[in-house]
Amino acid sequence: MLEIKNLTHVYGDGFKALDDINLRVDAGELVSIVGPSGCGKSTLMRCIAGLQRPTSGEIAMDGNRLEGVPGNLAVVFQDYSRSLYPWLTVRDNVALPLRRRGLGRSARRGEALLALESVGLADAAQKYPWQLSGGMQQRVAIARALAYKPKLMLMDEPFGSVDAQTREDLEDLLLRVRGHDGMTILLVTHDIDESVYVGDRVVVLTRSPGRVCADLPVDLPAERDQVGTRELPAFVHLRAEVGRLIRGDTRSPQATPAASSSPRAVPAAPSGTPISSGKE
Amino acid sequence: MTVLRTALRYAGWALSRIWLVIGLIVLWELLTRSRDDPFFPPPSEILPVLREIWFSGPADHLFLTSKALDDFTPSLAHIFVGWLAASFFGIVLGVALGRSRAVSEYLDPLIEFGRAIPPPTLIPFFIIVFKIADPMYIAVIAFGVVWPVLLNTIDGARTVDSVQLDTAKVFGVSGWQRLWQVILPAAAPKIFAGLRLSLSLAVILMVISELIGAVSGIGDHLVNAQRSFQLPEMWAGILLLSILGLLLNGVFVLVERRVLSWHRGAQRLEG
Repeated sequence: MLEIKNLTHVYGDGFKALDDINLRVDAGELVSIVGPSGCGKSTLMRCIAGLQRPTSGEIAMDGNRLEGVPGNLAVVFQDYSRSLYPWLTVRDNVALPLRRRGLGRSARRGEALLALESVGLADAAQKYPWQLSGGMQQRVAIARALAYKPKLMLMDEPFGSVDAQTREDLEDLLLRVRGHDGMTILLVTHDIDESVYVGDRVVVLTRSPGRVCADLPVDLPAERDQVGTRELPAFVHLRAEVGRLIRGDTRSPQATPAASSSPRAVPAAPSGTPISSGKE
Repeated sequence: MTVLRTALRYAGWALSRIWLVIGLIVLWELLTRSRDDPFFPPPSEILPVLREIWFSGPADHLFLTSKALDDFTPSLAHIFVGWLAASFFGIVLGVALGRSRAVSEYLDPLIEFGRAIPPPTLIPFFIIVFKIADPMYIAVIAFGVVWPVLLNTIDGARTVDSVQLDTAKVFGVSGWQRLWQVILPAAAPKIFAGLRLSLSLAVILMVISELIGAVSGIGDHLVNAQRSFQLPEMWAGILLLSILGLLLNGVFVLVERRVLSWHRGAQRLEG
């Protein structure tokens, strides 16, 4: 349902963040996008979300070329404390985007409460986001995305700002809610274990300029468990594979090259160039 | 027994906060008494005069004398109308400019120039345009009030967090909804800072505008007392203005606390 063709993005100062990205995502899939720092993951996310126009290339959802922000897309940002509005209660934060779906006030509130229940935060509805812990705040952000009932949910390093235990809980939460309404999920992360644990597929980006160097199916049972799944040989192998690709050691024989980009040993990249994710 | 204890604790708390003020008042009294200078009457002389002029009226009029009504009504009315009108205008324009980089770049130099003009210097021109009537006082007050509000609002609207804006964009929150639900709340702390500043400015400008030929009003009373060398009456006017400023600020702070309770809560955690 999502088709990215020849996506390239060069920033104003000449810094090439993404180079000829090609990607296909089917409905209902959970695709992890993983790569080293500065590989353009966030840039890719922002382009898909309509927050940035790529310098060239095409993004299409269900066959329609995207111009600007698509209507049925939700984003969970890494920085939950800045993404949730401190002047609204948790419930109102979750309900805010629902006006776009044309719901009346009590309907919006009802939907918001349902979404909060599904992430286990029904009790926190009347609190303010800043009164909650980091993990809970991110769950509110997830609830907000879920209540919106998008076709595509983008998650930009959503668990990067929480501690390891909370991260595991949130990963499992994600696996629980992913079935909602056949939603497609794109998860950007730098955590290799996470990318394999939650994903149906792992797309590996190279160091900048970011290119797709591998697109690996995750051959693990659908039922995943933090301890059990991570012990499985398939997990260990795949994780190691991804790790190697990211470090650019060798070109893996297992790697399935994506449509037109040729995977190759990653050359030495310009270091120290930060990804300015269009925030200025 | 517990009632007494609570009363004592409250008295202790109150005392611990205002002992310095009381101490200073006592010091003021002692100093002025010892000097016996007609230009600096002691507080014990000023307070009765203050009460006599404005607060010795009938109980059903809240103890206000008819002079009090004659003085307070125009002065307060000018403050409120001038402050409200200028604040409204400042906020609306400020948000528009804050959100539009191009427009504000053109207007920034003009704004910097305008705010640098001391409002009292323009009073003669306001008199020419409005004559000595209510609109004149309101215009003087408004002209002074608008700048802090405008500048703070522009700053607040300009510096809305980019992640907050991205969130709004992604979820399709745009137009009026975005203005009401995202931009104004995000800019509110800075806007309120500008409003509080301009409120004290409004009181000052009210007095200054009345110094020039008003028929009644607190500022007018001040000038008359000054000209006829009625020092206690003049001091009483000064004291009254201080109390007025204190009250207005106090009410404003109460409102601000209510409206911006989320902000204080969020900040407390950031620290």
